[in-house]
Amino acid sequence: MHFTINGQKYEADVDVRTSLLDLLREHLGLTGSKKGCDHGQCGACTVLVNGRRINSCLTLAVMHEDDEVTTIEGLGTPDKLHPLQAAFVKHDGFQCGYCTPGQICSAAGMLDEAKKGWPSHVSERLEGEVELTDAEISERMSGNLCRCSAYPNIVDAIREVAGEDA
Amino acid sequence: MKTFDYARADSPEAATREGGEKVRFIAGGTNLLDLMKLQVETPEKLIDITRLDLNEVEDTDEGGLRIGALVPNADLAAHPRVVKDYEVLSRALLAGASGQLRNKASTGGNLLQRTRCYYFYDTAVACNKREPGSGCPARDGFNRIHAVLGTSDKCIATHPGDMPVAMRALDAVIVTLKPDGDKRRISIHDFYRLPGDTPEIETVLESGELITHVELPAPPKGKQTYRKVRDRASYAFALVSVAAIVAVEDGKITNAQLGFGGLGPMPWRDATAEEMLVGKAPGKAAFEAAADALLADAQGFGSNDFKIPLARRTLIAVLRELTGVTA
Repeated sequence: MHFTINGQKYEADVDVRTSLLDLLREHLGLTGSKKGCDHGQCGACTVLVNGRRINSCLTLAVMHEDDEVTTIEGLGTPDKLHPLQAAFVKHDGFQCGYCTPGQICSAAGMLDEAKKGWPSHVSERLEGEVELTDAEISERMSGNLCRCSAYPNIVDAIREVAGEDA
Repeated sequence: MKTFDYARADSPEAATREGGEKVRFIAGGTNLLDLMKLQVETPEKLIDITRLDLNEVEDTDEGGLRIGALVPNADLAAHPRVVKDYEVLSRALLAGASGQLRNKASTGGNLLQRTRCYYFYDTAVACNKREPGSGCPARDGFNRIHAVLGTSDKCIATHPGDMPVAMRALDAVIVTLKPDGDKRRISIHDFYRLPGDTPEIETVLESGELITHVELPAPPKGKQTYRKVRDRASYAFALVSVAAIVAVEDGKITNAQLGFGGLGPMPWRDATAEEMLVGKAPGKAAFEAAADALLADAQGFGSNDFKIPLARRTLIAVLRELTGVTA
């Protein structure tokens, strides 16, 4: 089977039961995406598929043969950090770091959704431009848990990048 | 996870022809794969329907909307027509799950979401829904999240969805395709089944029958909202939720369409509760009469007794909000 991850082509022979997350970690050596709960509850496995954030643990690798997958390894490198990565370092948006790749991939997807004008549960109006207040950022990031509870700093980091984009 | 055969369908007709008792269609997969990992679901074959052309949201000739079964929850919540004319649906979708899950979960799949009853999920214990005839430990067990309306001796599980609650309030119609090529239009009011003696059968769908679209009638009269009460501010299932559409003209309520989540084994609707409102002046007497009618047959099982007064207060709060009458 053929897969496109971070713009690179890969070939792998996988069992139909293999999740996209296990394909990345166990077959392709891309261990940036993390396995937390393996049931779509924690968000540590978040990746972008065709630009949209999803839980890679809750989808089958075989269903994504023709898709463009972006993981944390494809967002930035140690020499050239993605703006969200730089902001997480600056604002101390983590302690143990286990949830961080998922947080950053999720934030990247979330910023795109906000740019498209997608409303959220806490939006007073459903139409119009989205202003990413702290309440909006928290709500939109509720699918990513941080057991170290670095939430205030995660919100600070995302708010800064959202402001730069605006 | 038990192994299975996997096939990708290239047309709805081909998908239905491959259907069967031990076959599941997979779209978003966010609920099905979760259950397969736990071996609550053990299909012999998965038919991947994600490449089918069921992704459109179109206007109908009657002024309503025709939603493809594969439209993701996130896209439907943000769709300009939904945002403008069906606020209750947009709000219900946005109150459900997380951003990641809403990007994956499909319209058709969300209708078929399974209960989050702890015993249904735990294959080490009995559950009539998972293993017919094995018993229901929830009745005398941990039942804080369980149903207070429409239960049976065999099952007290709730339907966990938000989107279907709004769709029930909106009188949605579910369009399906059967393996023999027949198309069915099923009112959402006839789509779900009460548990009775067969809690394992949750809908009227037949073997191999595929949901292709959901149709909404023209936008209803009145203001709309969705209020969800839950243990966390975000990313949690409803303890009680209310989808409401209420119109007031010349000091009288002229339309009331109410859906309820967290209370029953299906997205709940009660015509008698609505009758208590229509034609009446908005206010305490009418609101309390509607709540009384809704909860007349409610039965708690101990830990979920609180849902009965909570449902009452949530309904009254929503009616106050939509009518602006707080007295």
